[in-house]
Amino acid sequence: MKQDLYTYILGIADNNLILGQRLGELCGHGPSLETDIACTNISLDLLGQVRSYYQYAAQLNERLTSEDQIAFMRTEREYLNVLLVEQPNTNFAYTIARQFLYDIFHKLFIQNLQNSTDQTLVAIANKAIKEVSYHQRFSSDWIVRLGDGTDESHEKIQTAIDDLWTYTNELFQLTPNDEQMIKAGKGVNTALFKDTYYAQINSILNEATLATPQSKWFQKGGKEGIHTEHMGYILSDLQYMQRTYPNMEW
Amino acid sequence: MKKNWPLWEVFVRSKNGLEHRHFGSLHAADAEMALENARDVYTRRNEGVSIWVVESKNITASNPENNGELFEPAQNKIYRHPTFYDLPDEVKHM
Repeated sequence: MKQDLYTYILGIADNNLILGQRLGELCGHGPSLETDIACTNISLDLLGQVRSYYQYAAQLNERLTSEDQIAFMRTEREYLNVLLVEQPNTNFAYTIARQFLYDIFHKLFIQNLQNSTDQTLVAIANKAIKEVSYHQRFSSDWIVRLGDGTDESHEKIQTAIDDLWTYTNELFQLTPNDEQMIKAGKGVNTALFKDTYYAQINSILNEATLATPQSKWFQKGGKEGIHTEHMGYILSDLQYMQRTYPNMEW
Repeated sequence: MKKNWPLWEVFVRSKNGLEHRHFGSLHAADAEMALENARDVYTRRNEGVSIWVVESKNITASNPENNGELFEPAQNKIYRHPTFYDLPDEVKHM
């Protein structure tokens, strides 16, 4: 049971870690000073949440017994994040589209996690909900601003939404372990808010004068540790210091 | 893109009961974005409980060239300062 909970926590937290790392890449490279700070602020929010999750997970695992070991000392196949969050910052539209498609899910997920029977997860969710609400507000506003902006911004954000759409369904994929955790009352049954998710997305895309993609062909794999070609590059950045100087501490 | 974004002035109230103070300026495409940018740029270290943003072009400022006629006449009117009263010792905190 301990190992199942450990795996379940990683399934939540790895999303935040990898998305936080992706947003962190923009530090000093954002399209403007203000958006640069905004993206790295969101990154720090996510990494702060990751620390709480990993600290909890570290108490449940025998091999990786600290938050740093969990973050840095796993191989690619051991990361359980969805494919959406590892997609690159192709341009600002992709960064915003990725954030938007994740934030809407993330807020619904955290709201439901607040009802878990696991009190540590509830405490993390209670702390995260305000941050996550702000993230959603930020990315939704940007979707509307870009969609309802110039012809160029409209085209770019539509392309980004279309390209990333294929990764949305995986957010709701339930692994056998997820199902077990739902039965135990600790996990979140994402199936319950899948319709709400797509309705909220659709409503904001409408407001942004953007088309909701109709494609029904979806990618998956991340939740089982099978990642896109980007993942190795992310990890080589993320893990560089620990791999080069094992056990180093700040 | 940034070239086209207008400048906004940011005012932050640091605590309830205090007044909003000018914190600085930033670029943003619209008021909502100015508010979010101000939140990220100026209140990320817990500096405030309320933010005002106003587009800089909406502020009417006095011209420094007119400083002479505007402000110098006040300099030699020391009687406008309440410094000519002898206060009894019993009055404290004045």
